[in-house]
Amino acid sequence: MDIESPAKLVELLDRQAYLADEGLATAAFLALRMGRPLFLEGEAGVGKTELAKTLAALLEAPLIRLQCYEGLDAAQALYDWDFARQLLHLKAAEAAGITDVGRLEGEIYDRRFLIARPLLKAIETQPSVLLVDEIDRADDEFEAFLLEVLSDFTISVPELGTIRAKTPPVVVVTSNRTREVHDALKRRCLYHWLEHPAFDREVAILLRRLPACTETLATQVARAAERLRQAGLVKPPGVAETLDWTEALLTLGARELDPGLAAATLGAALKYREDVATVMGNGLLGGLQGHG
Amino acid sequence: MDELAATMTGFARTLRAAGVGADHERTRNLLKALDHLDVTDPGEVYWAGRLTLCATPDDLPRYDRCFAAYFGGLRAVSTRTATVSVTRHLATRDGDGETGDDDGTAAPATASRIEVLRHRDVARLSEAEREEVHRMLALLRGGRARRRSRRFEGSHRGVLDRRRTIREALRKGDVARLRHRRHTTRPRKVVLFVDVSGSMAPYAETLLRFAHALVRSEPRATRVYSVGTRLTPITAELRHRDPGTALNAVSKTVPDWSGGTRLGEELREFLTRSSARGEIAVIASDGWERGDPELLGTQMARLSRQAYRVIWVNPHKGYADYQPLTGGMRAALPYLDDLVAGHSLAAYEQLSERLAHA
Repeated sequence: MDIESPAKLVELLDRQAYLADEGLATAAFLALRMGRPLFLEGEAGVGKTELAKTLAALLEAPLIRLQCYEGLDAAQALYDWDFARQLLHLKAAEAAGITDVGRLEGEIYDRRFLIARPLLKAIETQPSVLLVDEIDRADDEFEAFLLEVLSDFTISVPELGTIRAKTPPVVVVTSNRTREVHDALKRRCLYHWLEHPAFDREVAILLRRLPACTETLATQVARAAERLRQAGLVKPPGVAETLDWTEALLTLGARELDPGLAAATLGAALKYREDVATVMGNGLLGGLQGHG
Repeated sequence: MDELAATMTGFARTLRAAGVGADHERTRNLLKALDHLDVTDPGEVYWAGRLTLCATPDDLPRYDRCFAAYFGGLRAVSTRTATVSVTRHLATRDGDGETGDDDGTAAPATASRIEVLRHRDVARLSEAEREEVHRMLALLRGGRARRRSRRFEGSHRGVLDRRRTIREALRKGDVARLRHRRHTTRPRKVVLFVDVSGSMAPYAETLLRFAHALVRSEPRATRVYSVGTRLTPITAELRHRDPGTALNAVSKTVPDWSGGTRLGEELREFLTRSSARGEIAVIASDGWERGDPELLGTQMARLSRQAYRVIWVNPHKGYADYQPLTGGMRAALPYLDDLVAGHSLAAYEQLSERLAHA
């Protein structure tokens, strides 16, 4: 596929119903052109993961996802030997009277007994989009390890040798910034900080994503979201939440946002009890529809 | 170097002067990125620079200012050379009669005397009593909390070590026994910041002796910095076996005894040059911040995101009526895991205990 400029990428992403601004489009464009990982940082729900999914759809490549968590290790991220099948193979060999250790060893450390975890899978699949999601949740040692893989897109398996990517996968690394990620890793990447979308863009996203949504409703929801984000909540709603909320409203047949419906569906936008209490207590839902 | 490269290198230099970590590798990345973009389009140049030269949201406003200044025809002036004035602010030892009578005869320590001494404020002790406290500090061996390392070792319990089991099966022709393995552990690192400013002078020596005991017990997992108006690494000095020699070496190294405290700036320097990732960060200070408390707040936030635990040791915390009211203390408070006392031997023993079980 020929993507000659960031503007062209905006257009292609739009066709996939993802509205990217100039910054994000330039970031993704450079990531594709330069073969560098894209490091997306920003609050939860601003569309980091969604971008990876959209890029995969756009490039018609499989999305390979590595969800990070504390204690994530090589066996989960890179590869693992298929222990059970190796043992079976040994048993079968024994039954057949094969005792040549050298030959057996060559057989059981064969590629077919290797289970590819996301990083190895991404390196072996061409083309592919690798999503390393929420890197801030993994241990810092894992970053060093990821850096090694992302530097030259090779993985070495002691028993097999080095496995190299013919063409490197498109890599998107996301972080919610619950902790600082090491600078060396960021230096390998293009760094982009994603903000909540501006009001107009959010309205556009709602209309683009939810064809059943009326302009009035989209405007009112976006306005409400803007206000909720300024209310000092534990977890301000991101675009993901506004989309869920609007969808909930549409399911209930709403054409406008009235306080009753808003209160009934608020759980789609706010995920903390304290936040719901704050919003209800402040009467923040009261004047919602007036300014549409 | 062509004109574009020269311009961008100059821009990166401007950014570095403003505190953005736009190093050479990042500048090279920028030039590579510009190969794919239209360099006559200011929007694309802006984004190429922002995507390759910045690394945190904090960099973004600085980047915007520098971009406007540099490409708007106006070069940003480096503000890094601002001089830091050191205000002397003399330590007054509290000689309030009750401990003034320094008899000089180091009476043999009895259990009950030590017990009393353990809870007294070190700033109010006589010379002889203080020496006794220091001797006991030197004996402090609190141990250190352990963290799981990525390495494995063979073990009777733990998860199945498939690789070793298979290897053995290969050698013996059958699975004779299952091998297990588990993660090894290593001591959790500690980074300690000792405030040596004027207001902390009565506690500085005791704190440094405590630091010495920490370094001696876990030399590879302890780092110590003195803070005041300058951030000074003093771990190497504290490695001397003898506390007296170590403290002498420290006193020669630290340039800013009894000045003011600019902890915010110093933490920023520390976090720029180094990091406290996964470590226990301990700050020993009374929080009399002379710098901008807001800056201290943002740096504490950064520190708390990196560190495993952030512990603040405040000598005044030992008093029942203590309230964290100083500007620095208030700015730091939201980011602390613990605020502990640091005025007596007992307080240091507790802190040591905390580091052993954090």
